Amino acid sequence: MNPSPDTHESATDYEMVVGLEVHVQLKTSTKAFCNCSTDFGAPPNTNTCPVCLALPGALPVLNLHAVELAVRTASALRCTVHETSIFARKNYFYPDLPKGYQISQFDRPLATDGALVIGETEKHTPITVGITRVHMEEDAGKSIHDRYPDATAIDLNRAGVPLIEIVSEPDMRSSAEAGSFLRVLKQLLEYAQVSDVSMEEGSLRVDANVSARRRGETRLGTKTEVKNMNSFSGVERALEAEFARHCGMLDRGEAIVQQTMLWDGAKGEVRPARSKEDSHDYRYFPEPDLPPLVLTKDWIDEQSALLPELPAAKRERFASRYGLNAYDIDVLVADRELANYFEAVVVAHADPKTACNWVMGEVRGALNANNLDVAAFPIRPPDLARLLDMVQDGVVSRSAAKRVFAVMLATGGKPEAVARDEGLLQVSDDGQLDGWIDAAIAAHPDEWTRFRGGEKKLQGVLVGAVMKQSGGRADPRKVNQLLAERAKE
Amino acid sequence: MSDDLLSMTAHALGAAVAAGRVRAVDAVDKSLARARELDGGDAPLNCFLTLADPAAHDEAIRMDGGHVDADAPRPLAGVPVAIKDNIATHTLPTSCGSRILHGYVSPYEATAVRLLRAAGAIVMGKANMDEFAMGSSTENSAYGPTRNPIDPSRVPGGSSGGSAAAVAAGITSIALGSETGGSVRQPAAFCGVVGVKPTYGRVSRYGLVAFASSLDQVGVFGRTVDDAALAFQVIAAHDPRDATSATAPVDDYRVGDGDLTGLVVGKPAEYFPESLDPAVRDRSERALDALRSRGATIRDVSMPHTELAIPVYYIVAPAEASSNLARFDGVRYGLRVPQPQLRDMYEATRSQGFGPEVTRRILLGTYVLSAGYYDAYYRQAQRVRSLIAADFANVFSSGVDVLFTPTTPTPAFPFGAKSDPYEMYLSDIFTVTANLAGVPAMSLPIGRVDGLPVGGQILAPHFGEAAMFRVAYALESVLGAEAHR
Amino acid sequence: MAVNEREVRRIAELARLGIEDARVPMLVDELNRILEHMDVLSKVDTGRLAPVEGMGAGAMPLRHDAGPPIPLARTREEFAPELRDGFFTVPRLATHGDPDGGMESGA
Repeated sequence: MNPSPDTHESATDYEMVVGLEVHVQLKTSTKAFCNCSTDFGAPPNTNTCPVCLALPGALPVLNLHAVELAVRTASALRCTVHETSIFARKNYFYPDLPKGYQISQFDRPLATDGALVIGETEKHTPITVGITRVHMEEDAGKSIHDRYPDATAIDLNRAGVPLIEIVSEPDMRSSAEAGSFLRVLKQLLEYAQVSDVSMEEGSLRVDANVSARRRGETRLGTKTEVKNMNSFSGVERALEAEFARHCGMLDRGEAIVQQTMLWDGAKGEVRPARSKEDSHDYRYFPEPDLPPLVLTKDWIDEQSALLPELPAAKRERFASRYGLNAYDIDVLVADRELANYFEAVVVAHADPKTACNWVMGEVRGALNANNLDVAAFPIRPPDLARLLDMVQDGVVSRSAAKRVFAVMLATGGKPEAVARDEGLLQVSDDGQLDGWIDAAIAAHPDEWTRFRGGEKKLQGVLVGAVMKQSGGRADPRKVNQLLAERAKE
Repeated sequence: MSDDLLSMTAHALGAAVAAGRVRAVDAVDKSLARARELDGGDAPLNCFLTLADPAAHDEAIRMDGGHVDADAPRPLAGVPVAIKDNIATHTLPTSCGSRILHGYVSPYEATAVRLLRAAGAIVMGKANMDEFAMGSSTENSAYGPTRNPIDPSRVPGGSSGGSAAAVAAGITSIALGSETGGSVRQPAAFCGVVGVKPTYGRVSRYGLVAFASSLDQVGVFGRTVDDAALAFQVIAAHDPRDATSATAPVDDYRVGDGDLTGLVVGKPAEYFPESLDPAVRDRSERALDALRSRGATIRDVSMPHTELAIPVYYIVAPAEASSNLARFDGVRYGLRVPQPQLRDMYEATRSQGFGPEVTRRILLGTYVLSAGYYDAYYRQAQRVRSLIAADFANVFSSGVDVLFTPTTPTPAFPFGAKSDPYEMYLSDIFTVTANLAGVPAMSLPIGRVDGLPVGGQILAPHFGEAAMFRVAYALESVLGAEAHR
Repeated sequence: MAVNEREVRRIAELARLGIEDARVPMLVDELNRILEHMDVLSKVDTGRLAPVEGMGAGAMPLRHDAGPPIPLARTREEFAPELRDGFFTVPRLATHGDPDGGMESGA
């Protein structure tokens, strides 16, 4: 078997195998093991105390809320949450790791054996990615290398912030699947309200384990770990780059060395992290300052029950209860706030199809055009619902309603007041309508004659002309009726 | 009057100061003066690394002037106490007997110190110790050894040698020490005072600089059983800042009418080996007779895994220590030896900051935790540890109330006598078991051999301190002056 | 089991202890004389025994997610070896490529 010199060509002979390790900061007010605030942006080292400065003699005490959030996340990932788990020390020296060890979990983690379904869209067949484990640990501080020419600056405000690490099985076969996993996971964490989940702000961090093997091969190839990605697309690009490197080496008959690679997003390449031989001898042992974490099954179930509706369940419910199509469901469920907005409109207005059309069309359009979050959107769901009621009741026409919407967006006004002030209330008064009809007939004498002669399809043209004359205020139902009556005269 | 102040019990002094019959400043000044006298001169005892001079004097004056909130009972009002230098005090340095923490003043105070001060005690100094509590002779202090007040040519024991010597020399009536494998009981035995190691979790470890977290406990010294019980009563409390702190109710430890009728005292054969110093055996048998005379039944028992205790201990303790001492890196506090590269800074700081025994134990602990050795050493040691704990559980569930043993195989040894590390480790042979099992234990004087004190050890079930003190009160009262002869 | 010089050097590196070359053989000897006493443990049958994991009587106590933080009685300036603009500082580390750098930063 001659190795092909053409890496690009040969990449199709290989299959990418990816597993992900995701660190997520939990949304607590205080740190994992002390009362210090988790707020960002405080002056350096001011959110610190004897515990997170690792002063001699200080001891950790675990934050209940961190456990609650971790258990909820594990439940959302369909893991088995263990009634007994054990904290362990991961020992290594780094200046932003104050104790010289990180309190983590090792051989008895909080939860194991979960699953996350990805690709649940109209286009793809769903793939189930196994979740190996979810465990709790604490964050390190920040090392700032570019502040001083001669020194690295250490800020321990982040040291001790609670994290969970989510480890997946190597169940993904492409960078796109890895990207999909991350997007679905992010959505799940947002729904579960356990984290701010921002990769840019560092509240979600991703390391990837990648290997390559010939298609059809069932054994795993030697993997490398890729770090230092700061966006989901960065993860996808890094995986492609590392996979190409593996393929090239395999083609040349070279052995892959198990090592850590760093992604350089600016250059679009991976390079080995220079590692000491000791860098992976973490000397884990049970943390003697913390007894085993013992949870009852009832408590675990209670925490699980506190989870809000998760994306998969919402998707199913939007289909069965509201009869929405798959595309609309995907768009709505992708943004929990938008989905909630939609439902709030439905609660007040009752016609899900209309509500969906407006949220998918006008609301999303306005959000995008103005770069707004749903939370900051000036038209609140009850107001939109009343506007839709007004359309349904014939108080404003559909086209007028869009203008009312635009004014509400700009001024924050209520729909009734805006429609009245802008003169957009629908007119059903025969006298006023007759005037507009006269004007429309005068402008379209030919069409009028043919319409009277029986060409019914021309009714639309004439109604449109009347609407135009009325500035959108004429009640189209009434206009149709009057036109039909006049044609018989 | 003033000499009497130094010989008064903590109980009597505290009552006298609280009642206004004695001024706290007189007690404190007398204590400071005696410390200066004994720690000075040609053959200084070197009990203290720092004296609270004049801070303790000033604090006593404030107390005498009524400028201290005194709503709560203050059983230790005006009582000078010595604090082992590995227990955090926020007005005096906490060096742990190490160069790496030279001059370090903790920005917070240990719970045990806070409780003592709330009870009226006045911290008059920080006591010398083996560096980071690693040692059995106080010879491992970076600031020179402490001498045994009974025989200055001999060690006071360790690692809480300074605390034990301060009490034995009459500088204070009570002191705080810390235990990991016998560091209170062994120096108490060597210096002829009472030393108590609580049940694991009974006293908060918050502010005790960690050596081996699963073994460490703050302990107390007293010249009498009652003073030790009084000090222990004050510091025994649940502390929400220590996740291993016990929530079990705190008993009244200062009870004992001297009657031991119906009590079963176990005499474990493994603590009376053939090789035991005959004089130590003799004093121990005399103590057992004393317990019989008060109605106790002595029952021979066996604790078959005792011989494994030292190997287990010298794996578990260094392993935890290697991790606990990683924080001494020169980044946030303590010694920094500047170097252009971070790694060199770490290595220079730690090699110059730590003494030879600490270095040895960090290496040993790092080794037994490292890849490929963890299962054979650390995990196996923790398994065997459960056998040692089971020995205690078995004997205490078989109708035995407490155990009595010698505290150490020999009395205090001369300086430099144990140059081989493992030989030094063996001086903890009768004490490490209680730390491994987490049970309470204490040592009290039961006589002397060639003028050197011999200690007897009482061990009790978890949270059985009340029974332990009851036996100690009885033994002390029967032996009387014999305990110091 | 026994250690050799190479292992002692490796452990010393792991523990960030600078050991002079001349001292290494002595340490090998000292550690081996200690370790030989540990071999007795390997002969103990502990097949079904669980190792001790966590001392004390109870399970993990949990604290509420609220302040106030434990106050410091002294400022960082009073105990830090080197502080600039509120930062602890150490010799500069390259972000990548430095022997101590980069890869272990963060969690």
